[in-house]
Amino acid sequence: MDLPNLEYAAPEIFVAIASMVLLMIGVFRGEGSSRPVAWLSMAVLIVAAVITALITPAETKYEFANLFVSSSFTTFLKVGVLLAAAVGIMMSVGYNEREAIDRFEYPVLIVLAALGMMVMVSANDLLSLYVGLELQSLALYVVAAIRRDSLKSSEAGLKYFVLGALASGMLLYGASMVYGFSGSTNFTNLAAFLAEGATPSVGLIVGLVFVIVGLAFKISAVPFHMWTPDVYEGAPTPVTAFFAAAPKLAAMGLFMSVLVGPFGGLAAQWSQVVIVVSVTSMVLGAFAAIAQTNIKRLMAYSSIGHVGYALVGLASGTKDGYSAVLVYMAIYIVMTLGTFAVILAMRRNGSMVEDISDLTGLSKNNPVMAAMMLIFMFSMAGIPPLAGFYAKLYVFLAAVDAGLYFLAVIGMLASVLGAYYYIRIVKLMYFDEPEEALDPHPGRDLGLVQFVAGMATLLFFLVPGVLVGAADKAVFSLASG
Amino acid sequence: MSEIGLAHYLTVAAILFTIGIFGIFLNRKNVIIILMSIELILLAVNINLIAFSWALEDLVGQIFAMFVLTVAAAEAAIGLAILVIYFRNRGSIAVEDVNVMKG
Repeated sequence: MDLPNLEYAAPEIFVAIASMVLLMIGVFRGEGSSRPVAWLSMAVLIVAAVITALITPAETKYEFANLFVSSSFTTFLKVGVLLAAAVGIMMSVGYNEREAIDRFEYPVLIVLAALGMMVMVSANDLLSLYVGLELQSLALYVVAAIRRDSLKSSEAGLKYFVLGALASGMLLYGASMVYGFSGSTNFTNLAAFLAEGATPSVGLIVGLVFVIVGLAFKISAVPFHMWTPDVYEGAPTPVTAFFAAAPKLAAMGLFMSVLVGPFGGLAAQWSQVVIVVSVTSMVLGAFAAIAQTNIKRLMAYSSIGHVGYALVGLASGTKDGYSAVLVYMAIYIVMTLGTFAVILAMRRNGSMVEDISDLTGLSKNNPVMAAMMLIFMFSMAGIPPLAGFYAKLYVFLAAVDAGLYFLAVIGMLASVLGAYYYIRIVKLMYFDEPEEALDPHPGRDLGLVQFVAGMATLLFFLVPGVLVGAADKAVFSLASG
Repeated sequence: MSEIGLAHYLTVAAILFTIGIFGIFLNRKNVIIILMSIELILLAVNINLIAFSWALEDLVGQIFAMFVLTVAAAEAAIGLAILVIYFRNRGSIAVEDVNVMKG
């Protein structure tokens, strides 16, 4: 019997072992170990990202009895997820200490969640997909409720758990149907089975629909978005920042690799579902955000809308479209991490404030932070020449090229509507009289995240080729592997 | 009476799955019932997997079921833990009381 080639799973193995070591460090050092464990966790995630980039195979490699795949596509997603998770931990350190929730378990749970995401984007079988997804989800349920003396946080954890478990149940039921009606859970076998051109059985279609529903929960696309606003509002803010970035990217990548890979032969069936989900997400994201007063809830609806825009690229069913999805998600996580770095810096009299009105007159009290927020809001609204404009441009171009004109038109209209609530924040910051100043900037870490994300968003138009080239390469390995 | 075949198992599983889904959405009483419904859904999946595994004469389904069982145990543990901290903060686990944030 041949031993599996462990080389391609090196980043996962490294992160798995490192998480155990981090747990041990936390346990043996006891009190006051949260800060070193947090910095070590960040180091682990960054080292894992470097390993992932270094071991990328030139061609798609299957390992562990075809359960595991390694390619440019998985590298793109894993590097994005790992860096987003590292930034998520960085933003949490100061906040957790100020709010006295600085337990060493927090960064370890983030590392475990990142490990789950790596496994799920590298899954080449419904079994490994399920295990990775659950490792991610179980860690995230706990993280949402990490502030265990707060009613809001525990309620967020409870809601996230119930709806997440329901989604996993649906996904599993779908997986069992797919297994039964195709005879395999392996993505390679499924793709071959469906490529034969035989009419797919009803059972297989039902299974596919259940799988799509389960994954749509995870990317919080309408109509499976109900948990998002509550969880985003209730969870501690650094947790929300993490939720909005890394798991979104991983789940979207997984959604795409499942639909394009094993179920590529059923594109005619799933593209209808994706179009409906995309349109409803864009429209609901635009309308529901208008009435919000809490900025974390606003960001929840904004993330639902952004998922809708990204799905436009998936619905187009072309390589350009898939590449546009990856570019969109990469730009989205940069913008969203930057925005949350601003939200985390919103403090008054030593405690967190999270109403949109608390930003009033920010430009007079803290012009740098206001300028950064201005960049993020304009970028999310899709105003050129910021990165968010290019993200939308690529997905809409892909839709137009694929002949989905109505989808592009609805997307444009939704983004015009969405611009209202982004620009309202800019108006509050720059043109309204300040009531009471926010506390001065807390900490260099948040300032650094704001600055780097702001510059990346502002200057993306100078070097779009780097990201787009990487995404094209990733999609090439997905669609041809 | 005819022999018990694949269709019978699938029907049982589908019924259990539906009961589970309805248990989550129609239940207005107690969060524990929601946890029970989730277990019911996972059991329906296991019946499905094992029935298919038997019908296809393929082992993957049974291995899958083992994984589902273990993960379900971990999931139940975490769910109950979150429920306990929720109860400490709220003093109730009635579904209609889970309403600090509306949505």
